[in-house]
Amino acid sequence: MKFIFSLLLTSVGFVAFSQTSDKNVRVFDKFDQMESMLSTDSDTTYIINFWATWCKPCVKELPYFEELNSSDEFEKPLKVVLISLDDKKLVNRKVIPLLTKKNIQSEVWLLDDTRYNEWIDKVSTDWSGAIPATLLFDKNKRQFEEADFSSYNELQNFISKFLEG
Amino acid sequence: MRQITILSFLLISFFSLEILATDPGDGYKVGDIATDFSLKNIDGEMVSLSDFESAEGYIVIFTCNTCPWAVKYEDRIIDLHKKFSNDGFPVIAINPNDPSIKPGDSFSEMKVRASEKGFEFPYVFDEKQEVFPAYGATKTPHVYVLDKERMVKYIGAIDDSPRDPESVSINYIENAVESIRMGKTPDPATTKAIGCSIKSKKA
Repeated sequence: MKFIFSLLLTSVGFVAFSQTSDKNVRVFDKFDQMESMLSTDSDTTYIINFWATWCKPCVKELPYFEELNSSDEFEKPLKVVLISLDDKKLVNRKVIPLLTKKNIQSEVWLLDDTRYNEWIDKVSTDWSGAIPATLLFDKNKRQFEEADFSSYNELQNFISKFLEG
Repeated sequence: MRQITILSFLLISFFSLEILATDPGDGYKVGDIATDFSLKNIDGEMVSLSDFESAEGYIVIFTCNTCPWAVKYEDRIIDLHKKFSNDGFPVIAINPNDPSIKPGDSFSEMKVRASEKGFEFPYVFDEKQEVFPAYGATKTPHVYVLDKERMVKYIGAIDDSPRDPESVSINYIENAVESIRMGKTPDPATTKAIGCSIKSKKA
């Protein structure tokens, strides 16, 4: 069973493990492989943050998303996914060391599809392509924000509004 | 006294919100006439689009020293200028970043980078951060190709392969310039790509 599971994972992308950490990053070569995961029929609200190791404001706000992921202050189930737009060749050299350093436990994916014009609008037509950028969705609605959050509190308010709305 | 402090804080917050309320989606759409500007070039001279008297159009590129995506495009921007400036389509590169947030994008660092790379086109500084919001630029690199009348004909990326110039399959700017020269509408007229958000205290 475990074998089949790993086989399934490798057929979609591959999972990179660092030797120094059990942190893993799921790598996608094409947006199409990820697209179906950017919507849901479940009761969970998804918080998808697009970031990169070279993007300073992105790295600065990662801990806020991490705090959100481990928070139990919201009554509804939340799930944070951090999507790195780094080069997949840098997973072990840059991405995983940064996640380890920042002690990020949230789920992390890496999207290596640089034919950006073919998929940015599929995430949100409101997205110009600047990062950081954040997508919220549940089974009923979607919201997109092309901006960084200056504090955990600001992110918290943003999520609360979405959950109430 | 305390109340006054709170009141002024509220007032300041109110005005900051007003500034924040500026939708980053504002700015030019294809077909709009772009404004001219007067911005300081790395040689100390002020540069405007109207300075290019024989221009048939303009390749206006919001770019900077520090964004890895912008850096990856530097050689391709140099090539675009070499290829098209003689045909009347000069490159004008504009650094929109606030150096108090990104020190590597200061005016003196712009001079250093331009001389290291041998930029043959103006590399001007949007010091008051008024030009990029007027255009609607949100990231570096972010390109506007204008025709002779400064009508916006193309908005978006330089090509479809930021990481690897060898893998470019569509050269968006070259296509746009060629289309304008033939009196046609560029297709695509808009594209999107990942870039670094423009660094501004207002946003």
